Amino acid sequence: MSGESGGREAVVRVFRGDASGGQEVEYRVPIEPGMVVLDAIHWIQSHRAPDLAVRWNCKAAKCGSCSAEVNGRPSLMCKTRMDHFAAGEAVSVRPMKTFPLIRDLVTDVSWNFEVNKRIAPFKPREGAEWKWQQSDIDRVQEFRKCIECFLCQDVCHVLRAHELKHRFAGPRFFVRVAALEMHPIDGEDRTKFLKETAGLGLCNITKCCTEVCPEGIHITDNAIIPLKERVVDRHYDFLRLIWNKLRGKPSDAI
Amino acid sequence: MSEHFETHDHDVIVIGAGGAGLRAAIEASAAGVSVGLVCKSLLGKAHTVMAEGGVAAALSHVDPQDNWQTHFMDTMKGGSFLNHWRMAQLHAQEAPDRVRELEQWGALFDRTPDGRILQRAFGGHTWKRLAHVGDRTGLEMIRTLQDRGVHSGLDVYMECTVTRLLKDGDRIAGALAYWRESGRFVVFRAKAVVIATGGIGKSYRVTSNSWEYTGDGQALAYDAGAELIDMEFVQFHPTGMVWPPGVMGLLVTEGVRGEGGILRNSKGERFMWKYLPDARRHEYAENDAEAREWVEDAVAGRQGKSRRPPELSTRDNVARAIYTEVKEGRGSPHGGAFLDISYLPADRVKRKLPSMYHQFMELADVDITKTPMEVGPTTHYMMGGLRVDPDTAAATVPGLFAAGEAAAGMHGANRLGGNSLSDLLVFGRRAGAGASAYAKKQSAAPRVNDAEVEAETRALLAPFDRTAGESPYEVHRALQDVMDRLVGIFRVAGDLEAAIEQLRELEARAADVRVEGTRMFNPGWHLARDLKNMIVVSEAIARSALLRKESRGAHSRLDFPAPDPALGQVNHCVTRGASGMQVAATPLPQMPPELKAMFEAAKPAAKQEVAR
Repeated sequence: MSGESGGREAVVRVFRGDASGGQEVEYRVPIEPGMVVLDAIHWIQSHRAPDLAVRWNCKAAKCGSCSAEVNGRPSLMCKTRMDHFAAGEAVSVRPMKTFPLIRDLVTDVSWNFEVNKRIAPFKPREGAEWKWQQSDIDRVQEFRKCIECFLCQDVCHVLRAHELKHRFAGPRFFVRVAALEMHPIDGEDRTKFLKETAGLGLCNITKCCTEVCPEGIHITDNAIIPLKERVVDRHYDFLRLIWNKLRGKPSDAI
Repeated sequence: MSEHFETHDHDVIVIGAGGAGLRAAIEASAAGVSVGLVCKSLLGKAHTVMAEGGVAAALSHVDPQDNWQTHFMDTMKGGSFLNHWRMAQLHAQEAPDRVRELEQWGALFDRTPDGRILQRAFGGHTWKRLAHVGDRTGLEMIRTLQDRGVHSGLDVYMECTVTRLLKDGDRIAGALAYWRESGRFVVFRAKAVVIATGGIGKSYRVTSNSWEYTGDGQALAYDAGAELIDMEFVQFHPTGMVWPPGVMGLLVTEGVRGEGGILRNSKGERFMWKYLPDARRHEYAENDAEAREWVEDAVAGRQGKSRRPPELSTRDNVARAIYTEVKEGRGSPHGGAFLDISYLPADRVKRKLPSMYHQFMELADVDITKTPMEVGPTTHYMMGGLRVDPDTAAATVPGLFAAGEAAAGMHGANRLGGNSLSDLLVFGRRAGAGASAYAKKQSAAPRVNDAEVEAETRALLAPFDRTAGESPYEVHRALQDVMDRLVGIFRVAGDLEAAIEQLRELEARAADVRVEGTRMFNPGWHLARDLKNMIVVSEAIARSALLRKESRGAHSRLDFPAPDPALGQVNHCVTRGASGMQVAATPLPQMPPELKAMFEAAKPAAKQEVAR
């Protein structure tokens, strides 16, 4: 903690606007010890701009509602401390770029919910025993920590730069599929979905998603890469795999 | 007809998509009726997501002696016997099946060494009873229910706020709502409505609750003529964060104490020893050594002979203890108590309490594996709410049902930790079944009254037309100040009377607020409406508290410090009268003799335990 702040003010530039356009508006916000960006947004709301649109719920990094881009970095506002910025440094707060803007800091994330619906649900194997060791589920529990903040979707260049939402499910849903596929008694096979609908092959493992995950889930290493291997095992023969490797393509490239 | 409003027809509308609402919607949908699930936030963000410690169910995996009877008795004792016995019974009997069902839907609870669902200790529970996933049990539950729900064929209306229940004569006919995104109105026509809107914490400043917890369900039902009971019983969770200011009130899970966390004051005294009620002292460890042995047994996953630490007393008791220590000058630097888990191996703390570790590290610069936390009471949970029939979850208005925190009766005067997650599963399911059965019996769809809809929409838009008036945020701050100061942990007649007076002024101020901007995603406008709900429930709390001239469970009166046996036989029932809010005592449902006998039979066993 940077200690007591004694009347300090921060300059916060918040994007205000809607689909028809907008700009950053500057607010001066009194700083309290331990303050997070969401506190600053709330202060602006209750003292300067009562109609400032923002999503939030738990304010404890458990619900994943207050996602935004703070100084360009996809972040949870409730977890981003104001004292992490240098004194006098203006803090810019903008909505997630990958999703259509509704107003101010609120974006339309409904596409994510549509993708989720297309994933085949948990299907226990017939006659399986409902007993397993903690070590059998440590990995899946890591995936199930996901709070659906969609910051990984926001940062992923396949969605953000190439706008391939119609062909690519995004890191969040690879994590979700991985949790299902690695459940000790799940009996469903989702590899065809991963390959043909979810566009797993489009991910070229730049690990941007892992870097922004507020839950510290190893999205690329623990979820995406094992899923890619699974798809390869199911869908490609050995010679083709070698051929792709020789040509320097990702192992599951078509 | 209100054809110019977007209209949706369903057999059952569920308001609220936390655990209770989702479970109700899944059940109703499975019963073959058309279900609409309406929620203020995005799906999966409801308050259930914040539940940390676990879900209480007598699975008997860790302590084989456990059974539904003990869970039932613990729940009744925890609620100072003001619970509806039938709800406590159904809850204890059905919770294990509801937890197993979640597992069958894909939830992954932490495991015992022999591969079954692991259970941990919590305050007021005789045995280790809470199935859990580290300290993020609520997230696991809501995600499991959410994923089950979206494949159940129900329609979800996200970011849609209900502002009025609509009636056709005496019975429910639907609800009026607005889309948060556009501000446009939407009419839901339905034969049955399930209220699953959660709690009321936002009436207070120091709270573990999110913006959504504005008492919507209680206030909407009150407006529609339903009975509310037990509104004086607000649970102050003993351990909220007290520093830094931005996170004041944020929950520190009871799991910390369940894993062995020790409470100390500024003199280093383990003060909970002196606050244990005499009647239950025999259930707790004799001294530090026995408490330590209990923790070591728990860490090793074995069942020992030692009794549990004093920190695992009920929440009402621990909250009062911390409050008293601070008030008497033995508080921590920021006005709380010290909660210490740092004496356990760091890797165990990080594994069993990961989100607590990160919460303190990132928000308070405190490494809980090395130093104690500072904690103090925070407004957490509403025991009161809609009066419901235990078996069907039917409220007192035909077609209206309620489950979860918005419903009352299950927890009596004080809720045990872990009983809310099991509550919402057991009674969420029962509400879904009750509402769908009711809807199937209605031959004709109820008629929505256009005039009622028109009047409500006009009232909702009025704040936009004002050129003068306060900001709703200002009135909200004033409300929270009144409730924190005058209707908090310790209450006294003078304060409560003053609060009722000031709430009347706040009601007038709230009716006159001015809203800036447009109807598109405008939080100021949303708050202007939510404020009215908060004021209704605040008045219900203050009036019920004033009438209860005794101390019982979470309700502590400085001017009446002892329980009054006569008041232990009544609930306080709030209704809307012609001249305003009415509060009256109604008789408590009487427990049948065979259940009463269980408490008698349990007494000698408790003595044996002391002798051991």
